[in-house]
Amino acid sequence: MKEEIILEVSDLRTSFFDEDFEIKAVDGVSFELPKGKTLGIVGESGSGKSITALSILRLIAKNGKVVGGEILFNGKDLTKLSEREIRDIRGNDISMIFQEPMTSLNPVYTIGKQIYEALKVHQGMDKKEGDKRVVELLELVGIPSPKQRMKQYPHELSGGMRQRVMIAMALACNPKLLIADEPTTALDVTIQAQILDLINDLQEELGMSVIMITHDLGVVAETCDYVAVMYGGQVVEYQEVKELFKNPKHPYTVGLLNSMPRHDVDVDELEPIKGNVPSVRNMPKGCRFAPRCPFATELCVTELPELDRKEDGSEVRCWIYSDRWDGDPEVSVRNEERTT
Amino acid sequence: MSSQQSQQDKEYLAEQSTKGSLFWNNFKEFYKRLAKNKTALIGGYLILFLIIVAIVGPYITTTDPSQVDYAVKLEGPSAEHWFGTDHHGRDIFTRIIHGLGITMIIGVASTILGGIVGILLGIISGYYGGRIDTIIMRFMDILLAFPGILLALALISILGASRQNVIIAIALFAVPTFARIVRGSTLSVKNLEYIDAMKALGASDIRIISLHILPNILSPIIVQGSVFIASAVLSASGLSFLGLGEQPPSPELGALLSDGRDFIWDAGHIAFFPGLFIMLIVLAFNVFGDGLRDALDPKMK
Repeated sequence: MKEEIILEVSDLRTSFFDEDFEIKAVDGVSFELPKGKTLGIVGESGSGKSITALSILRLIAKNGKVVGGEILFNGKDLTKLSEREIRDIRGNDISMIFQEPMTSLNPVYTIGKQIYEALKVHQGMDKKEGDKRVVELLELVGIPSPKQRMKQYPHELSGGMRQRVMIAMALACNPKLLIADEPTTALDVTIQAQILDLINDLQEELGMSVIMITHDLGVVAETCDYVAVMYGGQVVEYQEVKELFKNPKHPYTVGLLNSMPRHDVDVDELEPIKGNVPSVRNMPKGCRFAPRCPFATELCVTELPELDRKEDGSEVRCWIYSDRWDGDPEVSVRNEERTT
Repeated sequence: MSSQQSQQDKEYLAEQSTKGSLFWNNFKEFYKRLAKNKTALIGGYLILFLIIVAIVGPYITTTDPSQVDYAVKLEGPSAEHWFGTDHHGRDIFTRIIHGLGITMIIGVASTILGGIVGILLGIISGYYGGRIDTIIMRFMDILLAFPGILLALALISILGASRQNVIIAIALFAVPTFARIVRGSTLSVKNLEYIDAMKALGASDIRIISLHILPNILSPIIVQGSVFIASAVLSASGLSFLGLGEQPPSPELGALLSDGRDFIWDAGHIAFFPGLFIMLIVLAFNVFGDGLRDALDPKMK
């Protein structure tokens, strides 16, 4: 890969401390994001997607801490910055939009005032200039009659409109990286597509890089260039998006794809992955997916595989692809029926 | 967005703007909900009435509240002296009109002073949590462990009796009640997503606390303030009654009540009218505060 890398996360570990107990919410996350591209982080609930995103901005709750790894943003390690320095980056270089547009806006202020907030904090813009920029931003995110709309309160807007406002807020200072934490989960399906298109368009227009956190592989297929699949606080597979759908390597990724309805293949019944995500308090000793994996062997249960980098830049955390694999050497994780 | 949609949008906005400003709408709705509770509404109007009397009254009454006239001492209510006269022949009506303001100012000032300190401590406690929270809240517990009036008595016997010291003493026991309420509300607001969103925008703690948490926890503060004024008025009168607050010949209501103590069997009106007004103030603020709580509680909508 020759592109300029804007964000490189290597072996990130974030833990929460409950009394003396350490809960490893994120335990070995690595990925890189080339400039101007979109990275999808996919995983089930509790797989550590959101904590990864919050770790990048250092917004994890008080009892949590980044205990290891590096987050290089434009060559700067975000984990080593002072509180003041990271605050200058938040909202300015890296912005975030949240899952719940209903509760992500302060009910006591007009939306114009809230968007102006970011401009005021980072650029010290005065009210008059700020208002002009707010109108510009609202227009940019496709809100009609922005001059009137900016005087409205969040409760007067629909969910989709609010998410647009959130995006306008996040874009206020022309960030280089936008982190979208399940931006469409709380929205209607029709609005979902609009918001995703909007993010895609804006990305092209403004040359941003985007991290799209989602549990929806459909969203990934539509918006992302690269995908990191997370399971149990770890990245289990990192690939270009086309490759991931065509040629998934990790049994978990295969399971995810199999449990998703497809319109190009006629399937009578979807195949769910059996079992549940392991509890963060009680992680399996070996591969975290081993208890649910149809290919698990002795080795998988006893020893945790490393995230292994292949020549084509993809990464996978699975024993099947290592020299030490002790199962059937001819094993294929792909379900032949499903891969046309 | 298609042109048809944007047309609809404009119509919607036009319709909205004809309904008047949002603040006025909010106020109207708030008033409607308050008006459902008749006693609260009466309480509100009573407060308004007492405030107007306290401000305008002293300019209208012709006699000096301290004017002594032994020819008419200990007289009952009459056309000349509506509430009668005391043992120095001073007109009780005039004295109450003048004293009303003093009593209410002490009540309001001590609530504001104690409120500000309490809000500050409560927000810091709730927002930062951890050790700071423990230290502040344990200190508040200590303050709450003392009966309020006892604490005020102790403080005034150290600082000396004056209006200013009475305000400080009452404010001191306003602090923990405000701190507790504010801390609780802060805890519930600080974990909401829009606070995270503000942090993600790079806003500083001070900015988040003052511009985003405080406006969202105003309603419990307003309610607590209104209810606390009632007890502050009661404490202020109590302290004057004990001779620790306002000094004679000040017409503060508690002091007037104290004046009437010796003549309660012969001239009951001397104690009755100041007592009545203390009760009216306390009652008004209490029922108004209760009504406010219901009207401002979003769950009751």
